Amino acid sequence: MASLVGSRVERKEDKRFLTGKGRYTADININNQTYAYFVRSPHARAKITKIDISKALKASGVVDVLTGEHIAKDKIGGLIAGWAIRSEDGSEMKCPPNPPLAKDNVNFVGDPIAVVFAESLEEAKAASELVNIDYKILKAVVNLSEAMKDDTIHKDIDKNLCYDWLLGDRQKVKEAFDKADKIIKLDITNNRLIPNAMEPRACVVDYNSASEEITCYTTSQNPHLSRLIMSAFGGVAPEHKLRVVAPDVGGGFGSKINLYNEEIVCSWASKKIERPIKWVAERTESFLTDTHGRDHITHAELAVTNDGKFLGFKNETIANLGAYARVFGTVTPTYLFGPCATGVYVMPAAYSNVKAVYTNTAPVDAYRGAGRPEATYTIERIVDKAAIELGMDPIEIRMKNFPTEFPFKQTLVHQIDSGDYVAGLKKAKEMADYDGFSARKKDSESKGKLRGIGVTTYFEACGIAPSPVVMMLGCGVGLWESAEVRFNPTGQVTVYTGSHSHGQSHQTTFAQIAADELGVPIENIDIVHGDTDKGTFGMGTYGSRSLTVGGIAIVNACKKIVDKGKRVAAKMLEASPDDVDFKNGEFVVANSNKKKTIGEVAFACYLPGVRDEVKSPLPEGEEPGLKESAFFDPANFSFPAGSHIAEVEIDPETGEVKLDRYTAVDDFGTIVNPTIVEGQVHGGLAQGIGQALTENAEYDETGQLITASYMDYTMPRADNLPEFNLGFTCTKATTNPLGVKGCGEAGSIGAPPTVMNAIINALDGQEIQMPATAEKVWRACKNLKKTKNKAA
Amino acid sequence: MKKVNLEINGKKISKEISDHTLLSVFLRDILNLTGTHIGCDTSQCGACVVHVDGKSIKSCTAFAADLDGSKITTIEGLSQNGKMHPMQEAFKKLHGLQCGFCTPGMVMSAIDLLKNNKKPSDTEIREWLEGNICRCTGYQNIVAAVKEAASKM
Repeated sequence: MASLVGSRVERKEDKRFLTGKGRYTADININNQTYAYFVRSPHARAKITKIDISKALKASGVVDVLTGEHIAKDKIGGLIAGWAIRSEDGSEMKCPPNPPLAKDNVNFVGDPIAVVFAESLEEAKAASELVNIDYKILKAVVNLSEAMKDDTIHKDIDKNLCYDWLLGDRQKVKEAFDKADKIIKLDITNNRLIPNAMEPRACVVDYNSASEEITCYTTSQNPHLSRLIMSAFGGVAPEHKLRVVAPDVGGGFGSKINLYNEEIVCSWASKKIERPIKWVAERTESFLTDTHGRDHITHAELAVTNDGKFLGFKNETIANLGAYARVFGTVTPTYLFGPCATGVYVMPAAYSNVKAVYTNTAPVDAYRGAGRPEATYTIERIVDKAAIELGMDPIEIRMKNFPTEFPFKQTLVHQIDSGDYVAGLKKAKEMADYDGFSARKKDSESKGKLRGIGVTTYFEACGIAPSPVVMMLGCGVGLWESAEVRFNPTGQVTVYTGSHSHGQSHQTTFAQIAADELGVPIENIDIVHGDTDKGTFGMGTYGSRSLTVGGIAIVNACKKIVDKGKRVAAKMLEASPDDVDFKNGEFVVANSNKKKTIGEVAFACYLPGVRDEVKSPLPEGEEPGLKESAFFDPANFSFPAGSHIAEVEIDPETGEVKLDRYTAVDDFGTIVNPTIVEGQVHGGLAQGIGQALTENAEYDETGQLITASYMDYTMPRADNLPEFNLGFTCTKATTNPLGVKGCGEAGSIGAPPTVMNAIINALDGQEIQMPATAEKVWRACKNLKKTKNKAA
Repeated sequence: MKKVNLEINGKKISKEISDHTLLSVFLRDILNLTGTHIGCDTSQCGACVVHVDGKSIKSCTAFAADLDGSKITTIEGLSQNGKMHPMQEAFKKLHGLQCGFCTPGMVMSAIDLLKNNKKPSDTEIREWLEGNICRCTGYQNIVAAVKEAASKM
């Protein structure tokens, strides 16, 4: 049987999505359900002085109206930060309480205050207008660079500062900088983004008063974790009385990692009102209340020699947390950012200093790449600036500073097990026809256009685990993953995974892996995920961890199945287990023609005895049945890397940037399904290009989000993107048996600096900040003309 | 309230509905055809595209009550005798979908393109699909799937 790992198997999940048979949360209806509509703060910062729900309670169709008062009375806990980060001085980070419904203060536009349950959505919405709230409006803290000097948002959090974190050695950096021929300096902003999964958040909750069980269907990337938080911190119900189901989920990109206010409120309320509840976010609610991403201001410096060797690097960053610290909010700008900020280079000394501050904006948390796009943007922009200032080619300066031996101890945290950065960049250079650029530039210039080329080389730390490391860094839980493999008596296999697919294709790739391990046809394997009642437990899907952590748990559980199968087959074949080999789904006794298929062995495990033609006595002490589980905690993160090259053409008259060519060469180790991996890269690139060219979440000075619809927040559409040119190199990960590395975030990490380096190259080195909108580029082109005229 | 007679996916139906029920809501909440998705409130995302009398429209832009006598096809109505439409087959073959949420609208819109333009270029496909947002695929495999379907239809 040919190996399925590595082949372009068509997706098992597609038929239901293509025929309208997907089952997303908003598609679920429960008999007798009520409809929830949340009353949200229209102000970015205010004191609530009075809430009057009496009129709303009397409105047509209203079942109940609940507020922060009710939730506090029932002692329901709020939302939490998942990682405890310490400041440079050793002090603990400062996090404000984040109640599910605000009672005394509201801290961002969209902060939920009350909820109306009614017989129809229209009635709930109409009654929400009758909830009368008096506010004392306070000055909103919105501007990130000024936030530490502004009013204090939360009681006892001075300067709005959550922590002032340092990774690295200031003294060593100073010494390195003292020896440098040149110090390159760069000031950048990493623009605020809104993840915008196409499926808006939703939950449908059902409470059974007889069994006292709450079932919450929700749009989550990690239902098990949501249940844990809702139970342990929310106190909504004990874990065994709380079932969280994340059915088909329409994209997440980090925004559906968090447990949100609405899930806690609806789960708690369904018990209180003894009715099922349905809540579906409107797109504007998603814009206002989904966790946002990025939003850094960074000053970086790189110490170099005249011939382009790097001596040291430092960055001072202010990271926006928004109004509250959420699950990955505090780790994203620290351990997911700082270690990667020295890039793929040998960097003798480095530090990363991050001040995370609160503002009156939506909470900021992990968004595709989480910290690593910000890190890569910082280092790759400053490396390009160094190349410009030293008069070097951007490829040459990178090649000069690559490590060539692996494992490579990266400057700040990571021990990178494998990689070949030289091979990746060489391949990208060739595929992008780097040497043909000057001819294409001339051609563009002959048409009155500008042309620029940009290069990025990145590595990232993903496959977020291992537990001992992440817990040492401050994580509140262990980040392992679990799997359970159940063999049915008649030979089909059901695999339960704790990870969750919301577009990643687990139903296919995980089945490919199990098919190879067990020698069972892929049609006979089903992957089950997303239901806390099905499967053991899992930490979920984010940080490109599903395959490298969850996939390996499946491999290990399959190996246990094969081990038991060997013992059972040996008994059936009257041989020693040591003499039994397993290959292509068959247990074979060495040097003989005696064999049993895995299907026969599975069947035997369920019929442990001898009667008539059935002869399947189990070995002594062996339990009947064939089901195994595994928890996998890898020895390290996984470290994919890549080289991306982009070319842009700019119309100086309009400032319009056309992304003309994009080449990405990535090293993800072993690739399980090339088609699916390419799809992941395409999607990541689109989001990274969106950050560079069009996307920007913008608040006005009063804290109103002015980009809260698809007309104002400009996501890339089909006609904004070129056809991507993809290539791969492969150095296998040494930290897992498949040799796999994560691939989900690579595109969004590599694309922003690649595109911006190309634009800045076209603009003769003029700095501009993301997103490079036509207006900004047009202004830069005007400057260019002025400079050129002066020179003439 | 108004009584409407419609043919939906080949079946005649007759319903009493309020004047301001959007076609998207009518399909999902009243007929339980949940393959038509709602991704925004501003007719920008295209997840709700269906065919009305053979033409693609965003079903959140029409009142069901105004469509009396129309023939409507949704994503659920594309398969014939258990066999998927060539556009659906092409999306599957070329991995033109990931999370699947925008997919029904994308497929319905792409089919309408091929009715008007049998052999569209990449640029024509990208321009036509400008009204459908996908956050997962970067559109590359969608464009490839539409071309594949064009070669099979």
